[in-house]
Amino acid sequence: MAREKTIQVTVNGRAFEKTVSVRRSLADFIREDLHYTGTHLGCEHGVCGACTVSMNGRSVRSCLTLAVQADGAEITTIEGLRNEDGTRHPIQQAFLEGFALQCGYCTPGFLITAIEFLEENPDPTEAEVREALSGNLCRCSGYQAIVDAVMSMSGKPAPENA
Amino acid sequence: MKPAWFDYHAPDNLEDALVLLGDAGIDGRVLAGGQSLMPMLNMRIVTPSVLVDINQIASLNSLQAGPDELRVGALVRHADLMRNPAVREGWPLLAEASNQIAHRTIRNRGTVCGSIAHNDPAAEHPSLLVTLDGTVVAASAGGRREIPAEDFFDGMMSTSLEPGEMVVEVRYPRPRKGACFGFAEFARRLGDFAIAGAAVMATMNGGVCEQARLTIIGMGDGPFRARAAETVLAGSTLDAVAITAAADEVRSAVDPGEDVHGSSSYRRHLAGVMTERALEQAMTRARGDGNG
Ligand SMILES: Cc1cc2nc3c(=O)[nH]c(=O)nc-3n(C[C@H](O)[C@H](O)[C@H](O)COP(=O)(O)OP(=O)(O)OC[C@H]3O[C@@H](n4cnc5c(N)ncnc54)[C@H](O)[C@@H]3O)c2cc1C
Ligand code: FES
Ligand code: FES
Repeated sequence: MAREKTIQVTVNGRAFEKTVSVRRSLADFIREDLHYTGTHLGCEHGVCGACTVSMNGRSVRSCLTLAVQADGAEITTIEGLRNEDGTRHPIQQAFLEGFALQCGYCTPGFLITAIEFLEENPDPTEAEVREALSGNLCRCSGYQAIVDAVMSMSGKPAPENA
Repeated sequence: MKPAWFDYHAPDNLEDALVLLGDAGIDGRVLAGGQSLMPMLNMRIVTPSVLVDINQIASLNSLQAGPDELRVGALVRHADLMRNPAVREGWPLLAEASNQIAHRTIRNRGTVCGSIAHNDPAAEHPSLLVTLDGTVVAASAGGRREIPAEDFFDGMMSTSLEPGEMVVEVRYPRPRKGACFGFAEFARRLGDFAIAGAAVMATMNGGVCEQARLTIIGMGDGPFRARAAETVLAGSTLDAVAITAAADEVRSAVDPGEDVHGSSSYRRHLAGVMTERALEQAMTRARGDGNG
């Protein structure tokens, strides 16, 4: 029967082995089977970016990835960003200090996307930041504070993680 | 939202994938980057009973730039293509236009061949393949065939692929010396599908355009090759008069449909403006180093 599969996935440094339905999305797997509920679902068709996680070092839409496709992968979600001593990741701190979130629903996706972007481009222009974040929608904070928070990381050493 | 049931296979070699696809026939689908298929599955716009995930087939993850052509295997992602130095150098049109496809997270997964097989009329890659005079390599359990770009695209979201057949590679000939490129598209938000776009390759010799290939994006039926405009451009110096005349030809040749993003006349207008912008880029480059 090709409708269930056992997969091994490392999420935020922890190894899991689970049997999943082949039609389960990675997002539902992370939220409902592993209980990392910080990964959010907005649209479930790739448009809003709320479900963005890092898979093998690249940001992906977890609503457009099947859980079975993550077999063998290393995944980082919002829960994996904080430092080992419990302090915030520098970009989480920047979002906090810059009031770059209101309800916070969109924030996990923004952070995962921004971390990948800053690794590639540690000293971006505002236009580059806007382009990089264009796939993430926020319905309440407005974008300026988010763009400013990411810009405030500009020129700082690339944050470790994800 | 949840896809309807399907049987899932993730073979690690092409032969097995082709057998699975052949057995499934019209009930089977290839899963590549999933950036178009997964939304359609989640919304149950399509309900295939067999999914053949090709992501484990290492041989398809191959990007080769040779002296004569560029070969892009079925697992090459948009992000891989646009970052590849040989592509940026030899096929700058592909690298530049890829930057306008969706958003970074989607470019990390979506594939060039998937975009070509999907043939969304607003997508960039089908038109780029036509502009660059490329070829699709299709395979099935029964064998392989090469299909020139213009025979491959067959109306909106439709191609000449047969059931059981898949795209294993697309090929782009190396542009001739003196080839200059331009690309322009309009979308309301960064990363959205284009409402209209234009891609051009103009081959210059001594300041004169010997041949131009111009393709319009977003007109409803897949890539639209603007042949009348190409005729106007050939023999010109890509001067302002020729560019305006070419844009006029495009406006009268296209027949875009109407949807929530724009009326037919708005799309027609944009097709002309995008043509002008793409040609102006090509012209600037022709007068610069004649390269790129
Ligand atoms: C929010 C959002 C915005 C987007 N914006 C754009 C945009 O601006 N421009 C753009 O061009 N695209 C855009 N896309 C689509 C994206 O580029 C996809 O990557 C692309 O259309 C399909 O590639 P894929 O590898 O993801 O294919 P999949 O989603 O895996 O497959 C798409 C279809 O093609 C078939 N298929 C895939 N690969 C093959 C193959 N090798 N042989 C035969 N059939 C195959 C599948 O069976 C399916 O029917 C967007 C997507 C999203 C979610
Ligand atoms: S929930 Fe995945 S992009 Fe919106
Ligand atoms: S902070 Fe509420 S959606 Fe962005």
